[in-house]
Amino acid sequence: MNDSMTQTTAHQETKSRTHGIDISAIERSAEDISIEQETIALQVNNLKLYYGEKEALHGIDMQIPQKRVTAFIGPSGCGKSTLLRCFNRMNDLVDGCRIDGRILLEDQNIYEKGVDVAELRRRVGMVFQKPNPFPKSIYENVAYGLRIQGINKKRVIDETVEWALKSAALWDEVKDRLNESALGLSGGQQQRLVIARTVAVKPEVLLLDEPASALDPLSTLKIEELIHELKDEYTIVIVTHNMQQAARVSDYTAFMYMGDLIEFGSTNQLFTNPVSKQTEDYITGRYG
Amino acid sequence: MPESNDSKAQALDTDSQGLEEFDAGAYVERIINMAQNSDVHLQHISQQFNTELRDLRNHVLVMGGLVEKQVSDATLSLVNADTELAQFVRQTEDDIDKLEVTIDEECTRVIARRQPTASDLRLVMGVAKMVSDLERIGDEAEKIAKIGIRLTEEGQAPRGYVEVRHISNHVGQMVHDALDSFTRFDLDLALRVMKEDKAVDTEYKSAMRSLVTFMMEDPRNITGILNIIWVLRSLERIGDHSRNICEHVIYMVKGKDVRHASLEKTEQIIEERR
Repeated sequence: MNDSMTQTTAHQETKSRTHGIDISAIERSAEDISIEQETIALQVNNLKLYYGEKEALHGIDMQIPQKRVTAFIGPSGCGKSTLLRCFNRMNDLVDGCRIDGRILLEDQNIYEKGVDVAELRRRVGMVFQKPNPFPKSIYENVAYGLRIQGINKKRVIDETVEWALKSAALWDEVKDRLNESALGLSGGQQQRLVIARTVAVKPEVLLLDEPASALDPLSTLKIEELIHELKDEYTIVIVTHNMQQAARVSDYTAFMYMGDLIEFGSTNQLFTNPVSKQTEDYITGRYG
Repeated sequence: MPESNDSKAQALDTDSQGLEEFDAGAYVERIINMAQNSDVHLQHISQQFNTELRDLRNHVLVMGGLVEKQVSDATLSLVNADTELAQFVRQTEDDIDKLEVTIDEECTRVIARRQPTASDLRLVMGVAKMVSDLERIGDEAEKIAKIGIRLTEEGQAPRGYVEVRHISNHVGQMVHDALDSFTRFDLDLALRVMKEDKAVDTEYKSAMRSLVTFMMEDPRNITGILNIIWVLRSLERIGDHSRNICEHVIYMVKGKDVRHASLEKTEQIIEERR
C-alpha cells in the first residue's frame, strides 16, 4: 500500500480506506436461496386426490421452482409418491382414482379436458425405483422415445443417443457396446440408462421416484451427482425415503405427512432450522 | 516454494523496525493459490461437496489473512500513534465478525446436508473451532488499537514500545505460521508455532518485569505503562490463540486431540504413522 498517499488523504476520507477484500461477496455466496426469487415450473393449487372414497391428498398447495431440485420426504404412505405421480397424470391409470384441483405447467392446467397426455408425459418424464430398461440394445433403449415421436433420421438419432448418454454420465462406460443388451448393465448403469432414455426426448421436468434406493452406495453417489448436473437443464422433483439423500441433492425440500404438506422450504433451512415441530421430529428421528 | 514469495513474513522476521501495512486482498489471494496444492479434501464424487469444502477453507483463509493484518496494523497504529489506522482496525473488526458468523453457518450446513465423516468431519469441526480463535485474535487486535487511540489522545510517549514491537513481531509471525500450517496441513510448522508460544510467554514475563521496574522508578509512568501492559497481555493472548489454531490443525490431520497434551506427546503424535 502506498503510505504517503494514504497519509495525505487519510484525514479527509477515513471511509475510503479498504483492506481489499469484498466481505459482502462472501456473505452473499453463503446466503440461502428463497422460493420468492425462483421461476415457478409447476404450480399446485388445492389438489385433492381420492382413491375411491378415501381422500389421500388433502388439498395441497405448492410451487415447484424451475431448474432446481425439489425433494419430497415423509414416512411411508404420506402421499409423496402419489403427489409426484400427479405431475404427469400417472394416476389416471389407477382404477377409482379421482382428482380435484389444478396443477399448472406453464400456466396450462394439466388436468383440463383435451390435454394430450402422451405429450404431457414427454414434457414431464419419470424414472422409477427399479431400473426398467427395455429388453433391447443400449442404443435402442435411448432411441425408443425418439422413434415413437416419428423421428427416423439415423444421424439425428445417433447424435441424440450420444448426447443423452453423455448427459446421464454413462457414455464413456457404454460407447463401445451400444448394440449389446441393456440387461447386461449393472443396476446403477441401468438406472442411468433409464435417465438417458427419459432425457432423450428433452423433457422440461424430471420426476424421480426413489431413483437410487435399489442401488449400492457408490452408484447412489453417481446418481446424486448426475441429478446435480442435470438441474442446470431440467426441473427435478425427487421422492426419497432417504432423508440424507434429500439433504444432499435437493435445493428445496417438502415434508409430507398423512396426505398433507406440512412444511416446504429451502433444504438448508429445513434441515438446520425447521419451522414445524412435526418436521423437526421426523428429520431428527423422533417421529412415531 | 511458498516461503520464498512470502516477503511479508520475511519482513517481520528480519527487521523489527520493518512493520508496515500490507494489502490483505493480494495477500489472501496468494495464500488461497498456495492452498490449491493441498486439496486432500476435494476428491469426492460429489462436485458440490468439493465446492462447499473449498469455499469453507477459502473463507477461513480470507478471515485469517484479515486477522493477520489486524494484528500488524494494531501494533503499527500504536507505535506510530496513527489514530487513523487504529480507527481502520476497529472498522475491520466488523468484517471479521461477519466472517465468523458466515463460516459458522457454512459449517452447520455442511454437517446438516453432507453428513461429513472422517477427515471431512474433522475439517469441519476444526474449522468451526479455528474460526472462534481467529475472531478472538481480532478482538485482541481491536483492544490494542483502542489503547493506541487513548494513548495518542493523552499525548504520552510511554516506555515499553520496544517490548511491544518485539513481542508483536513474534506473535505476528505465529499467527502467520499457524495459518500457513492450516493452508498446507504442515504439522512440523504447527509444532514449531506451539514451541514459539512458550518463548513468547517467557518474553512476556521478562517484559513485565522491566515495566514494573519503570513504574517503580517513577510513579508518574504508571498510567501509561499499565496501558502498555494491557497491550502486551493482548499480544500474549494472540500467541495462545495461534497455538490453539495449530492444535486444531493437528486434530484435522491426525485425528488426535492435543489440546491438553505436553509438547513431547504432541511431537510423538505427529511422528506416528508418518
